[in-house]
Amino acid sequence: MRAYAWLIPVFPLLSFFLIVFFGKRLPRKGHEIGILAIAASLLVSLGVFFQQIAHSEQTYERSVTWFRFGEGGRFVELGVHIDGLAAVMFVVVCTVSLLVQIYSTEYMRDDVRYTWYYACLSLFTGSMLNLVIANNLIQLLIGWEGVGLASYLLIGHWHEERANSNAAMKAFITTRIGDVGFMFGIFVLFWAAGSFNIAHITSVVAAGGVARGTLTWAAVLLFCGAIGKSAQVPLQVWLPDAMAGPTPVSALIHAATMVVAGVYLVARMYGVFNASPAALNEVAIIGAITMVMAAGLALVQDDIKKVLAYSTISQLAYMVAALGVGAYTASVFHIWTHAWFKALLFLGVGSVSHAVHSFSMSKMGGLRKQMPTTFKTYVIGSLALAGLFPLAGFWSKDDIIGGAYHAARAGSSVGWFVFLAALATAFLTAAYVARMIALTFYGKPKYDPEHVHPHESPKAMTGPLVFLAFMAIVSGFLGLPGKLNLFADWVRFGEVEHSFNLALAGVSTLLAVSGLYLGWTIFRMNKVRIDLARSPLAWFYTLLQRRYYFDDLYFNGIVHPISGPIARAAYWTNQKVLDAVINFAGAAAVSLGKGLYNGVDQPIIDGAVNGLATGAGAAGNGLKFWQTGNVQIYAAGLFVGIAVFVGVFLIRS
Amino acid sequence: MPVAPVLVLSSFLFSVGIYGVLARRNAVLVLMSIEVMLNAVNINLVVFNLLLRSISYIGQVFALFVITIAAAELGVGLAIVILIFRNRATVSIDEVSLMKW
Amino acid sequence: MQQVVFGIVAALIVFAAVRLVTTRNLVHGALYLLGVLAGVAILFLLFLAEFVAWVQVLVYIGAVVVLLLFGLMLTRAPIGHMALDSQTRPLAAVVALATFGITSTIVWKAFKGQTIHFSKPDTVNTLGEAIFSRYVLPFEIVSVVLLAALVGAVVLARKEE
Repeated sequence: MRAYAWLIPVFPLLSFFLIVFFGKRLPRKGHEIGILAIAASLLVSLGVFFQQIAHSEQTYERSVTWFRFGEGGRFVELGVHIDGLAAVMFVVVCTVSLLVQIYSTEYMRDDVRYTWYYACLSLFTGSMLNLVIANNLIQLLIGWEGVGLASYLLIGHWHEERANSNAAMKAFITTRIGDVGFMFGIFVLFWAAGSFNIAHITSVVAAGGVARGTLTWAAVLLFCGAIGKSAQVPLQVWLPDAMAGPTPVSALIHAATMVVAGVYLVARMYGVFNASPAALNEVAIIGAITMVMAAGLALVQDDIKKVLAYSTISQLAYMVAALGVGAYTASVFHIWTHAWFKALLFLGVGSVSHAVHSFSMSKMGGLRKQMPTTFKTYVIGSLALAGLFPLAGFWSKDDIIGGAYHAARAGSSVGWFVFLAALATAFLTAAYVARMIALTFYGKPKYDPEHVHPHESPKAMTGPLVFLAFMAIVSGFLGLPGKLNLFADWVRFGEVEHSFNLALAGVSTLLAVSGLYLGWTIFRMNKVRIDLARSPLAWFYTLLQRRYYFDDLYFNGIVHPISGPIARAAYWTNQKVLDAVINFAGAAAVSLGKGLYNGVDQPIIDGAVNGLATGAGAAGNGLKFWQTGNVQIYAAGLFVGIAVFVGVFLIRS
Repeated sequence: MPVAPVLVLSSFLFSVGIYGVLARRNAVLVLMSIEVMLNAVNINLVVFNLLLRSISYIGQVFALFVITIAAAELGVGLAIVILIFRNRATVSIDEVSLMKW
Repeated sequence: MQQVVFGIVAALIVFAAVRLVTTRNLVHGALYLLGVLAGVAILFLLFLAEFVAWVQVLVYIGAVVVLLLFGLMLTRAPIGHMALDSQTRPLAAVVALATFGITSTIVWKAFKGQTIHFSKPDTVNTLGEAIFSRYVLPFEIVSVVLLAALVGAVVLARKEE
């Protein structure tokens, strides 16, 4: 089955083209192809997955050379690289993508661009799978850019609204800034190791063939791409705005799959990162800062999707920080569990918004009675996110906390930083989760009863919710501590790590429960919320409301100057300098033409021609006097001519 | 007798004929001058016949033909002169020069 | 003996020819032409071309001069003196002199030492034989030319209806 692994990204990419060309003519407007393709990929993925975990020591790699360049036999290849990490990612991406596509048949019903939506979903899935399956950095980069493109297209799906296209642009440009570093990282590695092949690079690095300084640079640059794609500080600003896209898109791309591409990249290139402690420290610190910051922001959002967006940033930071402290398996395990419950939460939000036609929590309330299935699955997902035993989030989050503690105890001060940040974030996570549930499903209904009649969503939407809730419950059991840790068998770097710590698990559960309680009590009682605005912590509240002024900084510091003075300067240069050159060239050509015309063409050439004519006329005028009409003159001419002829003959003979 | 003076005579006659053709104003006089030229040619022919008697009589035969042609040409020429006179009431060569610039 | 005759006749011809081209009286001109023609006929006789001589007399003197006189009459030639020379006189003199100079020089140089021997004159017999055997084609053509000239002259001079 592994020999057919290359089909996994091919099916969705093929379906992209088929939907683009034939989608509109099909009876269901193209989603048949999309769902069929992803189902096929899922089947192949499951086959590959089971085959891989049966031989979890082996990695499988095949490739073909795409093109050669330069001297010295350098080449770019296309290939597949299957190990535990890739196999797990296949299953996650294909399953979530399939669920999202089924969900979208109902959510996006009667949408203005239904077919194109499915085409973009297929494009995204194909690119993501290509990214995962890649055995070399160039192919990974292609997949990376592909998912960025698909994200842009899907965020701006309803581009009739200016805000949506602006959000898409913001996402694309922000990740682009990270991509610059990413590409430079690729170049550094190529220059140092002589190849783009990841396995090759890893082996060269492991053998000590690359200098420490170079490795640090390469790792830091690669991580720039991860910062952009996985929305870490300072490039996290795009993810909340990306919620402008359709909710299933947010579920697929900005929760479960695309944003984890950055984490996946670091995990893939862990050989390089592991050899550079400085880079790992940077990774850990950024992760730690981000996780706390984002969790704080999630606490004050009114838009429920933005709560989930910041939650995603925070959870991604968990994964990033885990990699930073060496907890490789824990990080990937968290990718696995997070995908299920975050997708569940987003799709649940979609279901709620379908009922109340709004994402604003101040317009919801008391929905648990009208939407029981949504409510139940949503609670399961939220508690998994908060990390409550025995749901999935508990196991993976505690693995990370344990890993941080382990590193801290081993003497790393960064490890302590990460450990404390992780504990604080667990608390905050539970708090905002409770707030979210309280505002949405409990309390007095705050929506307008005249126009809004909430009801449970159709089966196509609740079905995926139920399945995901099931996964949110059981997926954690793959990572049970000790001998039962199947996941660690499949996905590890070097030795199996032992991150789970019972005492720590107890501490984190305590934090989670207290966070839940705090969140519940504070936000169940609305009047407390109002007081917050006037309390001594008001400045803090404002700081959170303004998102730590990140957006203001970027907008006023970067965007505004560029769009204002710099743009004006560029325009001035263009008009005065460049256009002047061109206009001057044009005027010079014109005057040259005029000069040539007046100086050369008219007098000389036309003069020559006219002169010939005038000359002929003048000659005729001069010669006409010979035409005397007098016959005797003509006869005289005759005789003179004869005499001349005779004379010539005489002389010659 | 030497033949050269005869030939000089004929060339003189010829030149006189040329002068007459070119210089005379009356068309009929021009025709007369043409006759003079033709006679000069005839003298030549006959003298050459004397020189070439053993070979053929071409000289005299040719002289006969020249006379014939001269007569024919004179007839036509006079017809033209009369025609001009009928149209222009003049036979002065100077005055029939319409085909000029 | 022949030289003397030749000299006299030559002088005659020259005189007549020169007077022809210089006279201001048209009829005198015709007379002078007659003189030239007669002199030439005598020369023919001298040079043993009897038939040609008498044909000259018949055709030229008999017909041509009469024809010319008719022409003079029909064109109301003024009787008496008149200016008969055109403006081209100097040019004509030059051309005539040039022609004379060139041709006489050639001729003199070419035939300087040659002489002619007089013997029996040619009979009409031999001439006729020559014409009708060897030169019959030119003869026929000339007769056609005559015919054409005749018809042409009649057509040209016809009175218009």
